[in-house]
Amino acid sequence: MIEEQTLLDGIEPDRYELFESPNYHFYFDRRDFIKAFGLGIVFIVPAARALAQQRGQGESGRGGNERLPNNIDAWIHINENGGVNVFTGKVEVGQNTRTTLSLSVADELHVPLDSVHLVMGDTDLTPFDMGTFGSRSTPTMAPQLRKAAAAAREILIAMAAEQLQVAPGDLRIVDARFLNHDKSKTLTLAEVAKGRKLVKVIPDDIAITQPKDWTIAGTSTAKIDAKNFVTGKHRYTSDVKREGMLYGKIVRPATFNASLVSVDTKAAEAMPGVKIVTDGTFIGVVAPDQQAATKAANAIAVDWKSPGQPSNAELFDLLRKPATGQSGGGGEGGGGGSRPQGSIADGLAAADKKLEQTYTVAYIAHAPLEPRAAVAEWNGDKLTVWTGSQRPFGVRSELAEAFHIPPDKVRVIVPDTGSGYGGKHTGECAVEAARLAKAAGKPVKLVWTREEEFTWAYFRPAGVIDIKSGVKNDGTITTWEFHNYNSGGSGIQIKYEIPNNDIRVHQSNSPLRQGSYRGLAATANHFARESHIDELAHAINMDALEFRLKNIKDDRLRDVLQAAAKSFGWGKAKPASGHGFGIACGFEKGGYIATCAEIAIEPPSDKEDKPNKRVRIVRVVEAFECGAVVNPLHLKNQIEGAINMAIGGALFESVQFENGKILNPHFASYRVPRFNDSPQIEVVLVDRKDIPSAGAGETPIVGLAPAVANAIFNATGVRLRALPLVPKGLTV
Amino acid sequence: MAKVTSLNVNGKRLAVDVDSTVSLLTVLRNDLDLTGSKYGCGEGQCGACTVLIDGAPTRSCITQVGRAAGKQITTIEGLEKDGKLHPLQEAFIKADAMQCAYCTSGMIMSASALLSKNPKPNREEIVSGMNGNVCRCGTYQRIVDAIQIASGQTTGAKGVTR
Repeated sequence: MIEEQTLLDGIEPDRYELFESPNYHFYFDRRDFIKAFGLGIVFIVPAARALAQQRGQGESGRGGNERLPNNIDAWIHINENGGVNVFTGKVEVGQNTRTTLSLSVADELHVPLDSVHLVMGDTDLTPFDMGTFGSRSTPTMAPQLRKAAAAAREILIAMAAEQLQVAPGDLRIVDARFLNHDKSKTLTLAEVAKGRKLVKVIPDDIAITQPKDWTIAGTSTAKIDAKNFVTGKHRYTSDVKREGMLYGKIVRPATFNASLVSVDTKAAEAMPGVKIVTDGTFIGVVAPDQQAATKAANAIAVDWKSPGQPSNAELFDLLRKPATGQSGGGGEGGGGGSRPQGSIADGLAAADKKLEQTYTVAYIAHAPLEPRAAVAEWNGDKLTVWTGSQRPFGVRSELAEAFHIPPDKVRVIVPDTGSGYGGKHTGECAVEAARLAKAAGKPVKLVWTREEEFTWAYFRPAGVIDIKSGVKNDGTITTWEFHNYNSGGSGIQIKYEIPNNDIRVHQSNSPLRQGSYRGLAATANHFARESHIDELAHAINMDALEFRLKNIKDDRLRDVLQAAAKSFGWGKAKPASGHGFGIACGFEKGGYIATCAEIAIEPPSDKEDKPNKRVRIVRVVEAFECGAVVNPLHLKNQIEGAINMAIGGALFESVQFENGKILNPHFASYRVPRFNDSPQIEVVLVDRKDIPSAGAGETPIVGLAPAVANAIFNATGVRLRALPLVPKGLTV
Repeated sequence: MAKVTSLNVNGKRLAVDVDSTVSLLTVLRNDLDLTGSKYGCGEGQCGACTVLIDGAPTRSCITQVGRAAGKQITTIEGLEKDGKLHPLQEAFIKADAMQCAYCTSGMIMSASALLSKNPKPNREEIVSGMNGNVCRCGTYQRIVDAIQIASGQTTGAKGVTR
């Protein structure tokens, strides 16, 4: 466990992200690559962590069959037409990493962007990858691919120089063309790759282009294959069709943790073309079309025995109790708390004002618009599954384990997927489809219904957070005691300079299945912390921005705070009557964020219980800094999207459950943000070309909830300490 | 049970053999392999399945195919003409109005219905016209921008070079 956490390099692991060893034993030799790719040149990218160990083994490139590195991050194949095919185990789920990584390769290799093609998330074609989570693709995969491209560029220049009979130093590569100083001698990339059969391992000491010198990266670039999507041509998993394919449907238990008493399949079995599959508690059907499968599943009579289970009403009392046995707690990750510093009691004694408050967050659902889907096909003992997952290799392991077959008999292919947000780390649907396909002897497609997705996936952990603090009248925070029950440790560390602090994460028995979510606990921890900071500022009658700046030394955090405040006009004008302003800031996964929000208290719409008021978010300004910006357009898009998604968890999203059942498993009862919930959004990018790029898919989500809670307080004097803040409207 | 034996889709008469009570979405996707229209909820709540029936935006997931028989059905696959993208398709690319893009087909179909009724909608009219479509990635502003670009009210997103 400890070793795995170290390898994850500070990101928050949870139980869904850790059940496969990251050590991949790779036994390809050079001949295998030539066979797999055909003519051209293949560049092998050893894993970042393996590079140091391989120093000296290096690259010989003379066509020998010496063992390649065991740990490989990616490979790049330059084909005879000069096309650049990049193979990575990362997947595209809407975060536009396909575009980001393509930009990095094109930039480093000096080839046109449209000559770069990424093959992603295919366990037969791409090297092992832990998964696409934790905002790791940009900070880890992009530099790895850049190293490969940089090494490839230098090797290719040497090869071109030999062909052109010039000194390598006389050649440069521009737009996939090698040119000498007076352009009298030129060669294309295709001409260099033609007829070659080479496999090269890139050296680890290659320098990559620094952000200030980027030419292709760093400029705004639209989604690389957008045309495929606006025409409806892209095939998501749920669109995959195979010859002879049948449709599956699973019969679900009446409640969570139910045990099977009896099952009667007679009526369903009598239906034409229907096959019933029962295996332990697994009950499924296969039919020639979707409607027949659903009809047959509905005709199966099952008696389930359900144990009594907790409900929403008792959730937070339950979470305060320590975990027993295997908890499924989201808690442990992210390093959790830290060694206490100073003395909480001394800090309280030194304070002029003391404050003790509790904050809560509900379970929420990812609700990816494409529900879980899989198409499974057996050819002899080899299983191929198309599925939308953030962990293709993790799903491969699940399948291998479920069917007692070696992983190399399983191929998982992840087509660019209809979003994930941390919600698609598991392979339930893949396993179910494969079980049905095995019984049917034909390919089977299984697409979860929206209700299944809302019920049988997993949730962002609910949590309870207690904070005890003290502050001096001059604005110095003297003490900070912070306990997070169940929701987890990401984003829990403080950037406030507080001499006495004690920050802890406690695991609980979660009544619902919980797992990763965009930002995971960082939203809960920022909500609690930034609300509490606001309460402290109010207690000593100090401006919320001034109070933060007084207690924060970190320049990067100060910069985003000041940038957001400036764009928002913080301190310039008072909010209009019935409006309020709020501010919040934070840090997580290498990204620094500050959010200012303006809200308005309005008459109820059809979504609020009358006479409660509607809280409308009018305007949001968010400043974000994550090092050097690779694609300003997509970074802005991510930030805007994170803000809009955050509105749900902040204002109204909450999974309701009772006695093992989800009570609101539909979009009609589980409200998600829509066009008319979306505010005017201004994004301020702080581009730090001197700092390596961090990921940005998650952290931009954490600032909204506390900024809005603080704005509601500003408008009404009402302090709301539970997420969602106003699921039924604001009671005033 | 009554059968439906042909449908007019994107200007073509296509043979099918389905019960009239099956959803239009299922028939489009599974029988005609027109998979651009998406299943998002099956309850008419998210708009990912939106198609036009005689020009009217329709949630194909809750529309029985029998009700579409004999009418003109337009799906996302029908917007591109002779290899030329529809102005809305161009505008969605220009505004980068998508992330995972699973909602995009439904967004474009709803937007095309909106523009045929109201060729120059203001932002409020776009918001109210599009409110039945969910983009879980939250690209709402960009979709509003795209619709304004397509309706000739603005020239394009800021700073997109490629």
